[in-house]
Amino acid sequence: MSKKIWAATRKGVFEIVRGKGGWAIRKVHFPAQNCSMLLPDRRDGALYAALGHGHFGVKLHRSDNGGKSWTEITSPAYPKQPEGEDAEWKTYFGTAIRWNLELVWELAAGGADEPGVLWCGTLPGGLFRSKDRGKTWELNMPMWNSPRRKKWMGGGMDLPGIHSVCVNPNDSKHVTVGISCAGVWITKDGGKSWDNDGKGMRGDYVPPEQAYLMQGQDPHRIAQCPADPNVLWVQHHNGIFRSTDGGANWTELKGVKPSVFGFAVVVHPKDPKTAWFVPAEKDERRVPVKGQVVVTRTRDGGKTFKTLRKGLPQKHAYDICFRHCLDVDETGDRLVFGSTTGSLWVSENQGDRWKTLAEHLPPIYCVRFG
Amino acid sequence: MARVTFTDNLQQHVDCPPADAHGATVREVLERVFAGNPRLRGYILDDQGALRKHMNIYVDDDLLRDRSGLSDPVGPDAKIYVMQALSGG
Repeated sequence: MSKKIWAATRKGVFEIVRGKGGWAIRKVHFPAQNCSMLLPDRRDGALYAALGHGHFGVKLHRSDNGGKSWTEITSPAYPKQPEGEDAEWKTYFGTAIRWNLELVWELAAGGADEPGVLWCGTLPGGLFRSKDRGKTWELNMPMWNSPRRKKWMGGGMDLPGIHSVCVNPNDSKHVTVGISCAGVWITKDGGKSWDNDGKGMRGDYVPPEQAYLMQGQDPHRIAQCPADPNVLWVQHHNGIFRSTDGGANWTELKGVKPSVFGFAVVVHPKDPKTAWFVPAEKDERRVPVKGQVVVTRTRDGGKTFKTLRKGLPQKHAYDICFRHCLDVDETGDRLVFGSTTGSLWVSENQGDRWKTLAEHLPPIYCVRFG
Repeated sequence: MARVTFTDNLQQHVDCPPADAHGATVREVLERVFAGNPRLRGYILDDQGALRKHMNIYVDDDLLRDRSGLSDPVGPDAKIYVMQALSGG
C-alpha cells in the first residue's frame, strides 16, 4: 500500500508520510505558493508540480529525487494566435478567448510503453502532450481546431478547461478526455482524431432539446478502471454516469443518496464495479448535505451505494472535495481526500473508517498517493 | 543604455539582477535582457508575448501603454521598472 500522500494546496505542497506513529506531514514544498496540480509518475518516479503564480504565470517543476530538490521545466505554451481569431472564438458570454495558459488543471502520465510522455489539460481548453518529460510541449491541434470548440463553455470558471485525461493502460493511443464544458472526448489514434458523440449523458442546465448532446456536457471528473478500461465513471454536474463500453454509451445512476452532486470520483484499480464519490448537496448549494461530510461507495456497478461516515465530521462541516482531491492507491484499499477548507482524511479499509490527517491546511486542489 | 530593474518578488522564482541593455522600445530592451536570461521571459510576458495581466512596467515615470506590443519608446538613459500589479495576488 502507498505510504506517501502529496497534497497540492493554495499555499504549498504537503508531503505526508506514514511512519510507525501513523501519518504525519514531513515537509512543505513551495511554501506559500499556489499549486494547482500534481503528478507522481509511477513509471520513473518523477514528481511534477504545476504552480500558478498570480502575477508571473503558470510554471511546471519536476523532482527526480522524491522531492528533495526541484527543477523548473518548460510550461505548456499556446502557439501564436492568428490575427483576429479571438473575434470569432469567444466564451458564450462574449469574452474573447486568448491563447494563453491560465491554469494547469490536469497532468497525466502516458502509457507504460511511452516513457516520458505526459498529457496536460489546461484552461482555456488546450490539451498538451510532451514526449520528453516536460522539456517540450505540443498543443493538440485537431482538438483545438475542432469547430465544436466554438460551443465550449466554462464550467465553474469562465473559461472552458480540461480536467481529466485517462490513458488506456492497454493502448496508449486510446485517450479519454473530460472537458468542462464540452463533454467526453475520445481518441484512439493518439490525438489525431477525436470522437465527442457519446450517448446517454444528460445535462439539466440546457434546453431539453439539447440535454443529451455530448458536446454540452459538464463531466466534473472521469475515472477509468485500470483493470477494465472500458469501464468509465463520471461525476457530472447533475448526476453520476457509468459507461461499460469505453464511453460510447452512458448510463445515469439516479437516486443516489444523499446526493448525486459532487466533483470527485475514483474507481477501484482492480474492480470496475467499485467506485467512490464525495457528494455535496447540489449545484446551487455547494455544501455537504446537512453539514455532514460523507463518502459514497458502490460495489455493484452503481446498483446500490453505501454512505460512509465513520471518522468524518457530522456536524457543521462545510468541506467540499474538488475533482482532483480524492485518490485511491494501487491496492484499492487506501483512500485519501482533501477539502476546500483544508481538511484531509485517509482510510485504510476502502472507506469504512476514516482518520483525520489535517484540519487547517490551505484549500486543497489535488491529492495523490505516490 | 537603459537600466532594467525587476520587482524583488520575482527574485524568489528566477534570478534577475538589474540589467543594462540597448533598445529603442521596451520590447527591444527586454528581448536583449531575455536573450541572456531566457527563463525570465515567461515570468513577465504571456504566451503571446504581451505583458502579463497582473504585471506593470514603468519607463521612467510613465506606465507602459502598449501592453501587447511593448512599443513604448525608451530613451538612451531610461530607467525601466518591471513591477507586479496590486491586482492578481
